Amino acid sequence: MPIRQDAKEKILAICESHKGEPSPLMVVLEEIQREFGYIPFDVQEMVANKLNVSVSDVYGVVTFYNFFSLNPKGKYVIGVCLGTACYVKNSQAVLDKFEEVLGIKSGETSEDGLFTIEALRCIGACALAPAVSINGKVYPMVAPSKVPSIIDEYRKLEEVA
Amino acid sequence: MISEIRNVKELDEAIDTCTKEFEDKISGAHGKRAVLVCGGTGCLSNDSDAILQEFKRLVEEKGLANSITVNHVGCFGFCSQGPFVKIYPEDTLYCKVKVKDVIDIVEEDLVGGNIVERLLYVDPVTHERVQRQDDINFYKRQKRISLHGCSLVNPDFLEEALGYDGFKALKKVLLTMKPQEVIDEVLASGLRGRGGAGFPTGRKWQFAANQQSDTKYIVCNGDEGDPGAFMDRSILEGNPFEVIEGMMIAGYAFGAHEGYFYVRAEYPVAVERLKTAIKDMEKVGLLGDHILGTDFSFRAYIREGAGAFVCGEETALLNSIEGKRGMPRPRPPFPAIKGLWGKPTCVNNVETLAQVPYIIRVGAKEYAKVGTEGSKGTKVFALGGKVNNVGLVEVPMGTTLRELIFDIGGGIPGGKKFKAIQTGGPSGGCLTEEDLDTPIDYDTLVAKGSMMGSGGAIVMDEDNCMVDVARFYMDFICSESCGKCTPCRIGTKRLYEMLSKIVEGKGTKETLKEMKSLAAVIHQGSLCALGQTAANPILSTMEKFPEEYLAHVERKECPAHVCKRLIRIVINPELCKKCSLCARNCPVSAITGVPGKEPYHIDQNKCIKCGACLASCRFKAIHKE
Repeated sequence: MPIRQDAKEKILAICESHKGEPSPLMVVLEEIQREFGYIPFDVQEMVANKLNVSVSDVYGVVTFYNFFSLNPKGKYVIGVCLGTACYVKNSQAVLDKFEEVLGIKSGETSEDGLFTIEALRCIGACALAPAVSINGKVYPMVAPSKVPSIIDEYRKLEEVA
Repeated sequence: MISEIRNVKELDEAIDTCTKEFEDKISGAHGKRAVLVCGGTGCLSNDSDAILQEFKRLVEEKGLANSITVNHVGCFGFCSQGPFVKIYPEDTLYCKVKVKDVIDIVEEDLVGGNIVERLLYVDPVTHERVQRQDDINFYKRQKRISLHGCSLVNPDFLEEALGYDGFKALKKVLLTMKPQEVIDEVLASGLRGRGGAGFPTGRKWQFAANQQSDTKYIVCNGDEGDPGAFMDRSILEGNPFEVIEGMMIAGYAFGAHEGYFYVRAEYPVAVERLKTAIKDMEKVGLLGDHILGTDFSFRAYIREGAGAFVCGEETALLNSIEGKRGMPRPRPPFPAIKGLWGKPTCVNNVETLAQVPYIIRVGAKEYAKVGTEGSKGTKVFALGGKVNNVGLVEVPMGTTLRELIFDIGGGIPGGKKFKAIQTGGPSGGCLTEEDLDTPIDYDTLVAKGSMMGSGGAIVMDEDNCMVDVARFYMDFICSESCGKCTPCRIGTKRLYEMLSKIVEGKGTKETLKEMKSLAAVIHQGSLCALGQTAANPILSTMEKFPEEYLAHVERKECPAHVCKRLIRIVINPELCKKCSLCARNCPVSAITGVPGKEPYHIDQNKCIKCGACLASCRFKAIHKE
């Protein structure tokens, strides 16, 4: 898929804004990830050319860090915390329930493009364990039985919109 | 507003003015009162920002804006009781505040002058309501050095930091101490790195100081990846100025003029507050060229980590700042000789740097009075898991686990039995009942088969299966191994598979032996601490809970009833009231019976052990075995 013109300009502008900094690759990729939600191969090529590093270096970095994604994510990214504090309070059952209700595995996106499930490593909300974060909003002490109503909350949002 | 601090005179004036203002604010001079709302991540996820806005709105609406200030502060630490609201000068602490409670606090307390009793902390033992923070058991044994100013100063205001001891230490070193004297002071204090290994901070600085180089760097390691630890984040969120001050003192001591903060991208609030702090310091001249009119120049930058646990390892972190994959480098050369972009570099943890200004302010002698023989000062622990008082706890080194878990942590919820506490995260180990009276410091924890690590302390009770916990950590290590060293990359995967076999009831005693020998290979054949310590959670649980492993491999039983393949969920026909609720909740229709007539029964071949029936039964007729 070719990159849209406006996206191209934005990416070039991001590269340009870090010109002259020592080793700006990570910073540039972080900004692109935040802006677009994913970094497909075409974009990696563009960044490599612009920053004068090899495409393999860029690909190496993008695939190394969890923060970067090669594919677009769903509109609502459901992050189930599997940090130790949450895990000992049974967050695995919460993750299982999300997978069961949405019919997708962790790391996958639902067919309608609405939901992505991710297993997170400690979001630091240990006092609220087990915690679930949806697009940054943290749901405290989530019991597996609460999962369907949380998903309904977002489905309803969609119906209204 | 402070506009410029270009020399000592201006700093002294700023400190005087700000200290006076801050003291007035807390002591309620001129009839003023202050409302502090917790802005730590735990409370923010419980709507504390909405609480702050509601206070601002109501104070404005009731025409109180001239006499009452409202602002957010950093983490209070007692996260399980949040969100917190504190009122000065009375020093009243309100707990578990909801947005709808704000109107009551405003009308009854701020206007009426009466304490809102129902929002005070209730002591779980005496059932008495406690008004002041310092009278709550959770806080009584704590000593705040790293968390200095957290939950008291507004982290977005340089003025408040200046009003609460900020930059006094910087002034002292720049004006009255030679760089070598600073290093000697930190050496004498006995400060050891708070990130995990506990290397003496002064010695690290000395190595870098001994290098001749036009450029040196100081790097602050804020890549707090240990799941269950959140002290670095809370310090950066609660008082970023103090960490910057610590970094500048380090820079002065060994000759670095540039500092990098490497902070997890998962900590947006910390990054934002740090950015604001750096910007404000640049504006007044506390960062930049010729600080306080001296020859010392310093600049600070922020780099965000991108979610790789291994980047907490210092050489991997340096590679990450350089825009590469975060893979560790062989040592030697150590970073103090050849670090960031090949220049001498010291990497210090957030908490380590946060202790530095205090050491300089009170002196090494005074600092070294706190702690044990080999470990001085205080340590922040993130107490979590199966413990009543979840939160951040800063205690003197040498505090016992019993004090930590039972006196401060309030014991285990639900009358359950304490089983183990995991310290040191994925690199650490478990401590048990018999270790409860050990004073905790770097050396005792290692002697007991665990380690300090960054200070995560996860409490587990009788319902946690130690084999399952070991498997959890191995899953973590396995996906976080950077892949550079074969023993770690492949070995951890094999260990994970062996543990999976055991929890599925397919393991044998031979599996246990294999795990031990593979663990030794991974330990010897890995470049960095992640690999070298990768098998610790397994080795430690195998040593402390051998009978639990044996139950899994010999009797195919999980004593804690956690491992799904090894348990059965059954209904006791004597207790079953034949209500049919369990059958209706079963997702796989494994439960049969006749409502009101025949007790219900679970078909073990169909049951997926999801526990939905267990949760639904109102008569406790269903149990695991």
